[in-house]
Amino acid sequence: MSDQKDTKNLNGTTLRLKVGLAEMLKGGVIMDVMNVEQARIAEESGATSVMALERVPAMIRAEGGVARMAKPSLIKQIIQAVSIPVMAKARIGHFAEAQILQELGVDFIDESEVLTPADEAHHIDKHAFTTPFVCGARNLGEALRRIAEGAAMIRTKGEAGTGDVVHAVQHMRQITSEMRALTVLSEQELYKAAKDHQAPYELIRMVAQTGKLPVPNFSAGGIATPADAALMMQLGAEAIFVGSGIFMKERATPLDVENDPREREEAVSRAKAIVQATTHFNDPKILAEVSEQVTGTMKGLAAAALEESQLLQTRGW
Amino acid sequence: MTEQQRPRIGVLAIQGDYSAHAEALRESGAEPVEVRKPEQLAGLDGLILPGGESTTMLKFLEKRHFFDRLVEFSASKPVFGTCAGAILLAREVRNPPQRSLAALDAVVERNAYGRQIDSSIVTAETELPGGPLEMVFIRAPRIVDTGADVEILARRDGSPSLIKQGMVMAATFHPELSHDRRVHRLFVETVAAATKN
Repeated sequence: MSDQKDTKNLNGTTLRLKVGLAEMLKGGVIMDVMNVEQARIAEESGATSVMALERVPAMIRAEGGVARMAKPSLIKQIIQAVSIPVMAKARIGHFAEAQILQELGVDFIDESEVLTPADEAHHIDKHAFTTPFVCGARNLGEALRRIAEGAAMIRTKGEAGTGDVVHAVQHMRQITSEMRALTVLSEQELYKAAKDHQAPYELIRMVAQTGKLPVPNFSAGGIATPADAALMMQLGAEAIFVGSGIFMKERATPLDVENDPREREEAVSRAKAIVQATTHFNDPKILAEVSEQVTGTMKGLAAAALEESQLLQTRGW
Repeated sequence: MTEQQRPRIGVLAIQGDYSAHAEALRESGAEPVEVRKPEQLAGLDGLILPGGESTTMLKFLEKRHFFDRLVEFSASKPVFGTCAGAILLAREVRNPPQRSLAALDAVVERNAYGRQIDSSIVTAETELPGGPLEMVFIRAPRIVDTGADVEILARRDGSPSLIKQGMVMAATFHPELSHDRRVHRLFVETVAAATKN
């Protein structure tokens, strides 16, 4: 059952287990953390998973340089510190980083545009791994190309590190409207749709039949408030990634959760409120209550003010 | 079966694979109802606690008297927990210790088989009629001890993986992720029998 050929179809054992873990994360919040204390805060606040990284996207954006996979020692410390699944990012196309992450026991690998791409033409062959992968997408074709390569979860790219939800909204609306459009096409038209979306015909046909992606569809990129999380869930996201929104105050300065109790409390209030909002996304009364409990929000950066060359979402294809 | 006769079974929808359970219930002759708040338990014939992260679910149960309402509910109505749900139902939880509903006389150890890379699909003998049962284990817990009146319906490597004590059922695997509906049908039958009494 677990031979290479089988893992390439959605009934293969390995792929079922990969998508199975993604199913378990639905309705929850995955939080970026840069140290053990932040990981503990995320778990205490009700995160379903943490993403271990050295710099959150807002810092990468402000500081520049080459952004790579996190140090193994940091990842191991975070795996030791929490009982929930731990994710980590590999650079686009950097299958050696992914091999290292799998060896470390990471539960999910994010092949992420937030890090500096390592290959300008090829994404990682994700079928070659036992560890599941999540990949970003801006439209249906991109999502299906990643699924064809073996991704077990798709997330919107949005524009990471800005605290501006506008591009996450745009990408989610784009993906869902393109899926809806497929459901009314005739069998013959699906071949052309596959060409137009530059995606495999079999996956196009699957979406046309079900109206949804064959793997869970999460949202990421600029989600900073409980209201942002509820917005994305109402637009069809099945779970939420929060990057810089919980632990950052200024663009390149994290809250000092290790030494300043007041700043720790602020991070906890944001984390708990976003967790509540993601579950109760359709309940404005609870959304109002939890939004009121938040004691601060990251400063943020309007995505519309960014130059094309500063965008992270255009990395990958 | 008409709509009126279908048992109404809640699925705790805080987080996790509650949609997969709702679908499995529909296929097994029940009407699923998503439960995110304690007041939504009213009028339900039974409840499923799905797979997901038990630590996350506990955070929600600790608000709005949800925990106490669930303790009451599981003492009077059929309840079925899978994976994280089985952890919530246990008498005692280890690795690390955490609060639980104690609806089932069993001790459960979290993440007992390792990380995601150790997740697996196992087909094994079962007490359920109809031959071997496919069991999907994802970062699964292990039932390390059970009381005398707990029935063991399936095992993985000697440890119980599907158990039943009166109206309470627990699985350390995910029957909702398999096509075989025998486990959900057993729960729906348990609910139907309890509703009649």
